[in-house]
Amino acid sequence: MSKKVLMVGNVAIAEGAVLAGCQAYFGYPITPQNEILEHLSKRLPELGRVFLQTESELAAISMVIGAGATGVRAMTSTSSPGFSLQQEGISYMAGAQIPGVIVNVMRGGPGLGNIGGAQGDYFQAVKGGGHGDYRIINLAPASVQEMMDLTMLAFELADKYRNPTFILVDGFLGQAMEPVIIRDAVTKFPAKPWAITGAKGRPKNLLDSFEMNPVNYPSRVKKLLDKYEIIRRNEVRFEGLLLEDAEIVVVAYGSASRSAMSAVKLARTDGIKAGLLRPITLFPFPEKALRELSLRIQAFLVAELSGGQMIEDVRLAVGLDCEVDLVNRYAGVPLPAEEILESLRGIALKQRKN
Amino acid sequence: MDKVIYTKPEAMEDRFTHYCPGCGHSTITRLIAEALDTLKIQEKAVCVSSIGCSVSSYYYFKCDGLEAAHGRAPAVATAIKRCRPELYPFTIQGDGDLAAIGTAETVHASARGENIVLFFVNNAIYGMTGGQMAPTTLVGMNSTSTPGGRKTDTAGYPIRVCEMLATLDGPAYITRVSLHNPANVRKAKKAIETAFRVQMAGLGLSLVEILSPCPISWKLEPTNALKFIEETMIKQYPLGDFKVIDGVKALIEGVNPCSPK
Ligand SMILES: Cc1ncc(C[n+]2csc(CCOP(=O)(O)OP(=O)(O)O)c2C)c(N)n1
Ligand code: SF4
Repeated sequence: MSKKVLMVGNVAIAEGAVLAGCQAYFGYPITPQNEILEHLSKRLPELGRVFLQTESELAAISMVIGAGATGVRAMTSTSSPGFSLQQEGISYMAGAQIPGVIVNVMRGGPGLGNIGGAQGDYFQAVKGGGHGDYRIINLAPASVQEMMDLTMLAFELADKYRNPTFILVDGFLGQAMEPVIIRDAVTKFPAKPWAITGAKGRPKNLLDSFEMNPVNYPSRVKKLLDKYEIIRRNEVRFEGLLLEDAEIVVVAYGSASRSAMSAVKLARTDGIKAGLLRPITLFPFPEKALRELSLRIQAFLVAELSGGQMIEDVRLAVGLDCEVDLVNRYAGVPLPAEEILESLRGIALKQRKN
Repeated sequence: MDKVIYTKPEAMEDRFTHYCPGCGHSTITRLIAEALDTLKIQEKAVCVSSIGCSVSSYYYFKCDGLEAAHGRAPAVATAIKRCRPELYPFTIQGDGDLAAIGTAETVHASARGENIVLFFVNNAIYGMTGGQMAPTTLVGMNSTSTPGGRKTDTAGYPIRVCEMLATLDGPAYITRVSLHNPANVRKAKKAIETAFRVQMAGLGLSLVEILSPCPISWKLEPTNALKFIEETMIKQYPLGDFKVIDGVKALIEGVNPCSPK
């Protein structure tokens, strides 16, 4: 029978990695994700796997490249300023099609900012962040259980698409403690004939993003772009709450979606037909689901822990005929449900007047 | 019957390189391939190329290869070795790569004593980007970004990588060799081979610095470029061993370190 235990979000990520068969972890201390590094510093060596505290996040991501290239499952975790440093390696990974999992437990920014939780790295994580034409699968957990489950999924998707995969989560969830059902450890892993394992009995394997001949380069990038199209088609994940008869839909992810869920339920007791759409994948974004909703409802409310970043993707998905409002907190401060409820009341009032 | 005394190494691919005529990188490619042959490790070797003129050096060896971002090759090689200890990763890095943008990765891989090999191609210039100043550019030396020669008041002093790293406890074998004449090429060959043997014996990190001509950026004829190494560069970068731990000494002298003395 599966075991249920109390766990801190960051530890659930670490344990999810262990269960997914992560053979190597590389990281550099930064709040609010230190529990991941600390937990794995004990756990991985116990299992005979690799743990290394690196000299920087640049080195950490470079080691994820080296490890991932050898075909083993590898991970690093960091928080916003460290995530900025890792963009270099992430771009190289995307270019050379090396799988790996990168966890960003976001804090307030820009700059050194504040160690409180935030969602201000949405643009950086979802739109690119590093140089060049590439996309990254972004998984956004909203509970400690999901931090474990989506970390396991991240490894699977990284291998499936030979692409880096992100866990994008805010610091509040990283520090949250909740009951978690421990999943079964993964025992089956995909074959990786492309991996660096030594050129014995086969032609040599090369993993790179470089193309000396400019004539050959477009076809190489085209292969990547085609892959991202397949990801867009196959990997959209979201959760809907009370959407069937909703007239106003809140769009939120991560810990903001938890406040939003409370607000939606409270609004219902007020007689406001509110619903929630919670993207679980930020890339690929649930744009089709949002577009379909926009055909029958007029108002969306985006709740996020940033100056307003995901709202741009919601606006793109639903078009100009819908009202898309923002309720937000930023700079390391949580978003209370009451505030979202107030915004819902305001929108409902406006709709009645119209 | 004729006897073949000189041929292309087995571990070297049969293709043209992208290096300029007279470039030290070509010689280094050959010496590494010869070492892979001699030690019969081509099936386990992994070439981690860096960014610089060595960018696609993995094209030229018949072993697995991997690209590292500018300066990050020691970190990439570290992870390869940690995850697959049976492999023999080696890096080929220019001076800008290893001693400027990748200084942190170089120092910390060395400090940890990672069981990897770093080949450090010191040509005192940024070859690939067209001849700008490198951290190893000599004082007074011309480059496209030090018009009138490198001046210490604004551009500081060249870095001696071997001397600096030899102060660390982590590395096993640190040596500086040069390609300016056949006798020194033979010494370089020996050092390259030793570095791999150090890794095979699990003794720790080796760094072989190779003074290497870049006739193009130095704006010298290939033979004059060799003369420049001999007459000028070696004064700043003296040749020889900077760190040889006991286990490596035993290896070089052919003594089994485990046998009683
Ligand atoms: C992050 C980054 N910065 C700058 C460059 C441009 N760049 C390519 S090679 C190089 C310097 C190469 O010089 P060196 O390492 O001395 O090697 P060499 O070409 O002389 O062999 C630079 C600056 C780059 N590719 N990536
Ligand atoms: S620029 Fe210099 S280092 Fe680069 S290939 Fe040409 S000679 Fe060699």
